[in-house]
Amino acid sequence: MEIFNAILLGFLVICAVSVSFSKNLLNSILIFMSYSLIMSIIWILLESPDLAITEAAVGAGVTSILFFVTLKKIHALQQEAKEDDTDEPYPKTK
Amino acid sequence: MSHIRKQSEYEKTFASKFFQWLGGEKDSFTGNMEMRPQKEYMEEEATIEERMKDRQQALAEVYDSVHNKELLFFNKLYKCFSIVFCIAIVAVLIYTVSYLPSVGAEDKPTNNIVSDTYITNGLEDTGAVNIVTGMILSYRAFDTFGETNVLFIATCCVMIMLMVDEKELSKNKDSNDRIFEPKNDAILQVIATLLVPIVFLFGIYIILNGHLSPGGGFSGGAMIGAGMILYVAAFGFEKTGRFFNENVYKCVKVTALICYGCIVTYYFLTGANGFESLIPLGTPGKILSGGITLPINIFVGSEVACTMYAFYALFRRGGL
Repeated sequence: MEIFNAILLGFLVICAVSVSFSKNLLNSILIFMSYSLIMSIIWILLESPDLAITEAAVGAGVTSILFFVTLKKIHALQQEAKEDDTDEPYPKTK
Repeated sequence: MSHIRKQSEYEKTFASKFFQWLGGEKDSFTGNMEMRPQKEYMEEEATIEERMKDRQQALAEVYDSVHNKELLFFNKLYKCFSIVFCIAIVAVLIYTVSYLPSVGAEDKPTNNIVSDTYITNGLEDTGAVNIVTGMILSYRAFDTFGETNVLFIATCCVMIMLMVDEKELSKNKDSNDRIFEPKNDAILQVIATLLVPIVFLFGIYIILNGHLSPGGGFSGGAMIGAGMILYVAAFGFEKTGRFFNENVYKCVKVTALICYGCIVTYYFLTGANGFESLIPLGTPGKILSGGITLPINIFVGSEVACTMYAFYALFRRGGL
């Protein structure tokens, strides 16, 4: 159980760091979601299941959905799709 | 003998003015306050050209990251200082942590009479098997009342910022982004029909069992709110409008807050003055027990569920 706990805590740190280093906003939100999920498992291991339920519902569920809706409202998601279309993976050779 | 006042006489009274102001017929500021009509801001062409020229010059000279030595120096300084600043904060925090008592130490300041009292007398005082919920909703009920008020005020603020008038909504449809997306997504709808009842049931179970098992009003309410959001995402706002619209929202929310406040006030009044509380504690372990914990759980749960759904609806289309 100790090892499992350590692995989860390591994941937590990796998630927290990679949220800020991810360039894509969508990826950031998804990483944030996984952060909340891991956090809720850690709450169960710390023997506080009520906090785990709240964390899973609010942190992983509602907050991320609100982030998604906000991104859609400010057209951040569509813009990224457009950029992906225009950016050609391989530069043309003459 | 009562008599009917004349209309002209009634209009002079404070009550009629107040109700006029409440109904929006009369604005008490017009005529009493200096007001200027708002003009649309127009920029002259000369100033536009000047601004563009300034911008070009700034881009070419000031932000030239190859030749401008001051900028290069500043960038390096900025990086150095940011690293130093981060290390300093980390060092201060670690230094502070080293002074904290070790985990589980006996002379920790948190090992005091309060937690002992809660653990030994909790079941007897509150009648709730789940000590955490019993403590939050009875010993610290006023705390939780403040939190519930925070939720209420938060939705009020979101409403002030994001609420769109129903007429405006139909006029410019660009603000409603649900129109542009594919509706009746088959996969989402099948999953939602399977999941939503289970989510609702589990949320209600957690609220009603808040004094017996882990959970409580907030967790269960958040779960029901998340289930409602899933339902809206699958079936659209017309279907949820049948059972949850603005009037239902207002009724549920205000009723929950008022009832919560009344129960807490009664509980504290009787407790502080040593009166016998009329609310029975019941036998611990049964559903109908726990004194004020069960009703307060239900009120908090409905409040939180409304808040979660209202956030989503207001973000999504600016109305409930």
